[in-house]
Amino acid sequence: MIKLTRESLDPTAPLQQAQSRQSGAVLLFLGVTRQHTRGRETNELHYDAYDDMARNELQRLETEARDRWDLNECILVHRLGLVPLGEASVLIITASAHRKAAFDAGEWLIDTLKQRVPIWKQEHWADGTTDWVHPIEQATKSE
Amino acid sequence: MKVTVKLFAGARELAGHSEVKLDLPPSVTIADVRKKLLTEFPQLASLLPHAVFAVDAHYAAEDSILDENSEVACIPPVSGG
Repeated sequence: MIKLTRESLDPTAPLQQAQSRQSGAVLLFLGVTRQHTRGRETNELHYDAYDDMARNELQRLETEARDRWDLNECILVHRLGLVPLGEASVLIITASAHRKAAFDAGEWLIDTLKQRVPIWKQEHWADGTTDWVHPIEQATKSE
Repeated sequence: MKVTVKLFAGARELAGHSEVKLDLPPSVTIADVRKKLLTEFPQLASLLPHAVFAVDAHYAAEDSILDENSEVACIPPVSGG
């Protein structure tokens, strides 16, 4: 299941959806907006997307993850618009019979989402300036 | 033909438009769109070499051929997550 939303991300319902007697492992990853980036202080973050394409790419990620790992559930949700500090901008849940598939798929999903899905973050710095974030060397980016 | 190109994030901010119309000959490719964008919006020079393009909401190669109804989008380096 994939979704773009402008609401805050609550993991309760999707975790319930993922939990079942077939899955010995349910993994939750939340990407949370952070106050400091390379020593600079942020007030809030805004996310923008090419919505149709972002949905296509999220769907491709789900399909590829289900092809590569034996997953009973795979949920990808990205929040758009204003995301206050300390709140989740992305939610990923994977569920599998054994934990290795859930962990490996979860890590691959967030790494690949950051490289592929057309979503952009805008830092609203504490000094009042704003910057769209365009990591130029994505292959080496590890945040 | 007229090709409409959607712009996002820093590219939109630099160009001052969320989409732009380019006058191009028929059967142009993404590479031609890239060149034309740079000519008309030189302020994109810092970002454009790092951007990729999409056609009809899917990533497209530089030699993809466009028609008038293609939805073209400039995708600067992404930063979701």
